[in-house]
Amino acid sequence: MREKEPGKTIVLKGIGVSPGIATGRAYVLEDAIANVPYYQLRDEAQVWEEIARFEKALRDSRRQLAAIKKKISDREGVEPLFIIDVHIMMLRDKKLIYNTINNIKEKRINAESAMNLTMERYREIFEKIEDEYLKARFSDVEYVGQRILRNLIGKDQIRISDVGEAAILISRDFSPADTVQMKMENILGFATDIGGKTSHTAIVARSIGIPAVVGLERVTREIRSNDTVIVDGCDGFIIINPEPEVLKRYEEKKRHYEILEEDLLREAKLPAVTLDHHKIEIGANIEFVEEIPSAIMHGAEGIGLYRTEFIYINKEQLPTEEEHFSNYKHVIEGQGIRWSTIRTFDLGGDKFISDPKLAKEMNPVMGLRAIRFCLQEVELFKVQLRAILRASAYGKTRILFPMISALEEIRQVKKIFSEVKEDLLRRDIPVGKDIELGIMIEVPSAVVIADSLAKEVDFFSIGTNDLIQYTLAIDRVNERVTYLYDPLHPAILRLIKMVVEAAHRAGIRVAMCGEMAGEPAYTLILLGFGLDELSMNPLAIPRVKKIVREATLEESKALLDSVLVFTTAEEIEQHVRDYMIRRFPEDFSG
Amino acid sequence: MNFIKTFTITNELGIHARSAAMIVEVSNRYRAKICLEKNGSKVNAKSILGILTLGCPKGSRIIIRAEGIDAEEAVEELGRLIENKFGEN
Repeated sequence: MREKEPGKTIVLKGIGVSPGIATGRAYVLEDAIANVPYYQLRDEAQVWEEIARFEKALRDSRRQLAAIKKKISDREGVEPLFIIDVHIMMLRDKKLIYNTINNIKEKRINAESAMNLTMERYREIFEKIEDEYLKARFSDVEYVGQRILRNLIGKDQIRISDVGEAAILISRDFSPADTVQMKMENILGFATDIGGKTSHTAIVARSIGIPAVVGLERVTREIRSNDTVIVDGCDGFIIINPEPEVLKRYEEKKRHYEILEEDLLREAKLPAVTLDHHKIEIGANIEFVEEIPSAIMHGAEGIGLYRTEFIYINKEQLPTEEEHFSNYKHVIEGQGIRWSTIRTFDLGGDKFISDPKLAKEMNPVMGLRAIRFCLQEVELFKVQLRAILRASAYGKTRILFPMISALEEIRQVKKIFSEVKEDLLRRDIPVGKDIELGIMIEVPSAVVIADSLAKEVDFFSIGTNDLIQYTLAIDRVNERVTYLYDPLHPAILRLIKMVVEAAHRAGIRVAMCGEMAGEPAYTLILLGFGLDELSMNPLAIPRVKKIVREATLEESKALLDSVLVFTTAEEIEQHVRDYMIRRFPEDFSG
Repeated sequence: MNFIKTFTITNELGIHARSAAMIVEVSNRYRAKICLEKNGSKVNAKSILGILTLGCPKGSRIIIRAEGIDAEEAVEELGRLIENKFGEN
């Protein structure tokens, strides 16, 4: 590996997971140890010295982890991290200790190299494990190994508290154990080597509203503490040691962005009411309770879609009823949230791969997933329903069942729901009085029988992502057909129209929670349909609300009527785009 | 005292970090020497890394072998742990 060159400008591309721009000094928290020192030992005395150093590094590592654990459990509302116990147990593992000491003695090498050899041996063994999930447990071994190495080399030692003045934090990744110790007001942005949109770093960044770029692969290798760095969370890259003009340009861009954000945020809490007094409710789609403050700040009136998948897949084992309950309660009783729509287990397809039983399906998005899976694994489903029902005592609750494709399914669901509810009431456990039950409309058959389904439930929520995928027969993860993915396809618009009409004829409300709902270019079209609620990514809310407030229901209906006569997606696309650019030149330039 | 018994892993995710930790905790309470075996590989039940490297997904057959004064009780308690799916639902 080459050395980091001081002062050289380097641009790295990653994934922007929290928008905004930050400029400032870098603080490198933890770079992967790339160069493990190696040397041969001269004599027996040195062998014993190295063994003693290794044992001290083990003790130090254990002490540090115990301290982190204590710090976390002192904080209210933070779950104790069992994984820290596992890591401590690994630090006591006799085999790991024996192998490493043996390497020192037999090969007469320093403790760092001996530890490294032990790690390499484990890496090889784990690589041979077939089960993908169990194979990935090597990450825990690696974490422990890195910590021991760090203590041996004398690097690191949780300097999160030593960040000092405001800085951009750089690390391979940030774990919950890292972020709970940070003083957020000192952090301008994050940049990491690994991760994606749903990694812990991304969630934390979005919830406190600072820019973050993850998945940069080698940022910890290229950057040194106190280097000047620009983090562009909008476009997903970072610039290390920028030229002065570049830095100036970005500071300007940052100012523009912040002014724009400020304007939008100032108005974000105003209701989404059109100029002709039509109100549409605005919800936020969230995955983690940590996203709620940011959702409210961006103008969400309720939680329109709480995806519960991460309660399952970020875990080592199936979550307990209490784990479900504490998450749901947190959402439902949230300050400033008028309603919470909790979607039940929607695993399967691309979302859940660690269960071998589900992963082997040839066509998982049409396989045993979501409500189909729940109706087979009724006990698992009941755990979730019980937890939602118990949490419903704390605020307005809507329960949303995904992937309903036939009437029998919702009837079965309602039967199970009543059983669970009766059982709780019998045991005097309080549940909410006005819980509403609804279904996702995302399978074309549900659209066709929407009139019958509407008689069974209190609301619909249109999941456009899947509705488009199933209607147009496009595999969303197949890049070769994504060009066909078109929300304004006439077939899709007609289906949405059918759903809204069926719902309103039956007197129930209808929401939309797919990505389409958060796209400001479609806002007028969606208003035109007469949808009662749009639920979207929190960051999309201010712009959509702004369009709603500057539009009229009348023009929206007229625009929708005019595009419904077109027969191709292209014509509709063109017409809508022209209209929006003409009507809202500030928002749709370029 | 020697004691041997075969078990099938039935919990969803197999022997992952938390369940391996539980096996270690239980094993450490006994003086007996306890081993887990799968497909001819043998590891110490008091070593979390050993257990993880065995790679036991749902449906694996494993042999627990204990040797020592409290071997029988150890195998029984470990067996209960596995049969109760490590307390998972």
